[in-house]
Amino acid sequence: MSYLQTMPPHDIEAHLAEHDNKSILRFITCGSVDDGKSTLIGRLLYDAKLIFEDQLANLGRVGSPGAANGKEIDLALLLDGLEAEREQGITIDVAYRYFATSKRKFIVADTPGHEEYTRNMVTGASTADLAIILIDSRQGILQQTRRHSYIASLLGIRHVVLAVNKIDLVDFRQQVFDEIVEDYLVFAKELGFASVRPIPISARYGDNVISASANTPWYKGPALLDYLETVELDPPDREKPFRFPVQLVMRPNADFRGYAGQVASGRISVGDPVVVAKSGQRSSVKAIVTYDGNVETAGEGEAVTLVLSDEVDASRGNMLVAPGSRPFVADQFQAHVIWFDANAMMPGRSYILRTETDSVSATVTTLKHQVNINSFIREAAKSLQMNEVGVCNISTQTPIAFDAYKDNRATGNFIFVDRVTNATVGAGMIDFPLRRADNVHWHALDVNKGARSAMKNQRPAVLWFTGLSGSGKSTIANTLDRILHARGKHTYLLDGDNVRHGLNRDLGFTEEDRVENIRRVAEVAKLMADAGLIVLVSFISPFRDERRMARELMDEREFIEIFVDTPLDECARRDPKGLYEKALAGKIANFTGVSSPYEVPENPELHVRTVGHEPIDLALEIEAFLEKRMDDE
Amino acid sequence: MSLIHLRRLEAEAIHVIREAVATFSYPVALYSIGKDSSVLLHLAMKAFYPAKPPFPFLHVDTRWKFREMIAFRERMARELGFNLLVHVNQDGIDQDIGPFTHGSNVHTHVMKTMALRQALEKYGFDAALAGARRDEEKSRAKERVFSIRSAQHGWDPKRQRPEMWKTYNTRVGNGETMRVFPLSNWTEFDVWQYILRENIPIVPLYFAARRPVVRRDGMLIVVDDDRMPIQPGEEVAERLVRFRTLGCYPLTGAVESEAATLPDILREMLTVRTSERQSRLIDTDEVGAMEKKKREGYF
Repeated sequence: MSYLQTMPPHDIEAHLAEHDNKSILRFITCGSVDDGKSTLIGRLLYDAKLIFEDQLANLGRVGSPGAANGKEIDLALLLDGLEAEREQGITIDVAYRYFATSKRKFIVADTPGHEEYTRNMVTGASTADLAIILIDSRQGILQQTRRHSYIASLLGIRHVVLAVNKIDLVDFRQQVFDEIVEDYLVFAKELGFASVRPIPISARYGDNVISASANTPWYKGPALLDYLETVELDPPDREKPFRFPVQLVMRPNADFRGYAGQVASGRISVGDPVVVAKSGQRSSVKAIVTYDGNVETAGEGEAVTLVLSDEVDASRGNMLVAPGSRPFVADQFQAHVIWFDANAMMPGRSYILRTETDSVSATVTTLKHQVNINSFIREAAKSLQMNEVGVCNISTQTPIAFDAYKDNRATGNFIFVDRVTNATVGAGMIDFPLRRADNVHWHALDVNKGARSAMKNQRPAVLWFTGLSGSGKSTIANTLDRILHARGKHTYLLDGDNVRHGLNRDLGFTEEDRVENIRRVAEVAKLMADAGLIVLVSFISPFRDERRMARELMDEREFIEIFVDTPLDECARRDPKGLYEKALAGKIANFTGVSSPYEVPENPELHVRTVGHEPIDLALEIEAFLEKRMDDE
Repeated sequence: MSLIHLRRLEAEAIHVIREAVATFSYPVALYSIGKDSSVLLHLAMKAFYPAKPPFPFLHVDTRWKFREMIAFRERMARELGFNLLVHVNQDGIDQDIGPFTHGSNVHTHVMKTMALRQALEKYGFDAALAGARRDEEKSRAKERVFSIRSAQHGWDPKRQRPEMWKTYNTRVGNGETMRVFPLSNWTEFDVWQYILRENIPIVPLYFAARRPVVRRDGMLIVVDDDRMPIQPGEEVAERLVRFRTLGCYPLTGAVESEAATLPDILREMLTVRTSERQSRLIDTDEVGAMEKKKREGYF
């Protein structure tokens, strides 16, 4: 915060006008734990006299050992506002601070150094223009220095201040500074920053923070604050092509239909032609409506409501764009993804992909490689663990409109949301659409599912048996198959073991491979249902996510989840294939129920308990259910 | 040319308000009658023009607000024609909870935190917009724009979602709710500047006037009604004071000031040496006070 001045201006209106026209710099501080990020911001605010008296006095009250002992204030405590942060003496979450000097306004995000909280560093970096990367003079470049530099570059930050901190602890020696700078420049070369400004600093004592320090006569560059006040920023996104993600369609009455949103880039004026990105429909802008009256023109950043000359179909998630320069519209593309969640990212698993206003179901079709943040070398990977960065091919259920992230930060980003926990599990920066997205279209066939199933005199269905190994899935499925066959139904039984002999014989039993195993089987079941068959799928299918994915592939009411519920010790007692004995002896890795989890279905269509029941009775029960469902339709 | 500062803040806030409406089934705006609420209300009027804001405004009344605040609330609802809901915690009334009898902590917990939880549950709101700003207090500086609360209304700083760009994750699970803070990036100075520029009506208590005041615990407490017990040795004196922030009157300190107009207030802001929340007793009644209250569901 702040607006502290010594002399109040005479003409407040003129002062405010000047104040409002100042440019604004958004920056982050990052680097390893204990490199002094929070202290640096605290020092900057303190020396520039931008801290209120009661906030300073408060530093004494929160009673950390170093705090307010009369001589030295623990400046980090100005920012570390959470109890856990004060307890552990580290920054966990981003703190935003706002301040202004006579030259510029600033929003600073003080971001955590600890690897565990990389997601919070990304939060700060996504909207920043500049990063201050702190390095402890005694330590030199650490893994987190590399990670944060890489993430800053990935998120489109163009300017870096290399703050070589704690220079007092190495006796202000130029040689130490020069060596660190040289090391950094070598490794940062690949990151493509527009500028890197090294400054020797002592955040604790204020050397080169707001004024040049007498302790570093060899340093001829600007102090940190001078530099932040004068660094030249890239031109805003107004010169880029017009992009307007539709946020809401406003229909207060039959006479008014407007598209509300915030201009993501470019500029639009009344009379300009526009195109609806996803459909290609053309129209032009009839009016730009705001509460303060209609305006003639609106540019990047402005929240307005556009009224078009024609009735077009554009709802939330679509984009109004410049006809001469359109975004990509595709359902397959490549992106850089940063993963945040403790549950690894699995290719084949379904996530919700959210852009600024669009939300679709998406899967990672291929994880091409992950990037080693120490060497920037591409490494093969089957999944992305927490805090890892990977390059992925992504497929969405319906096409989205986007630009490459390097061309447009607003329209080239997305997040991944977990379907079960609703957590934000990853962030993505789109590289480019995949060509095959343009060329592979779903081929509309003349003989369709309805025609094929009508000929068989049945409705297609997918009966999905899930349960532990040895629970009795295959026995019941097999019995049911015989009954249905005897009644003249056209069926097919997909059994886990059988499919693994052929289609899926390249897959093992790791979590990644199990996800892929189910994905393939679900696709096969879908094709068989499309052929009009009643498909019985007997697979352990231990994870809810994949069962849901399979469900979503099928038509409504076509998918029938059957939970074959047998207690683990009963399965182990039956042990028809002798697998439990081996698993319990530690001879089989990743065995469901023993060394790998089984996620119990929450709302299966049928829940059959095998203990005390004969397979034939259970099969008849399922057949009755199926018959009733068919009759209902 | 960059979009000038206040217009950028305004556009960002409008975007956030619209996003809440686009993605939640039953949002509400919390209306505390203060300056930030007044700005939020004004922005909501702008965001949906030519329609009215498609959500109600909820005032959680502790029964200890300044009388001028309540009068102002009624006037605004009448003039702007928005849907105003008022909720008071009946349990608190039954137990006759008050700041003088029970202390600031109990009073705030029962009459604000519990009352807010009751109101959200009663109407089934899944998102609550509010005028909180990150520059108010250290733990607020750490809040997201879209801030998830558990089914028990608790805030868990470690469960905060990363929030990149303007791509907000607005999905909530069963019973969970979202707090939405469109003014996150505004400072106190921005708020005053915007009120001046947009000519937004505010409660007259923000302007300096002679008011009956008692000095207590280092704060200047305005005697707003005869419920305030005057201790032996205390003296009620008329002083020229105004408020930087408004809450329950016994818990909110006035500041001595001659600023009687908005330009005066802005001029005063430029030389002020203390933060606005210094005059809020509930922020300092224990270490980490605000964070603790938020964990319990205070917004």
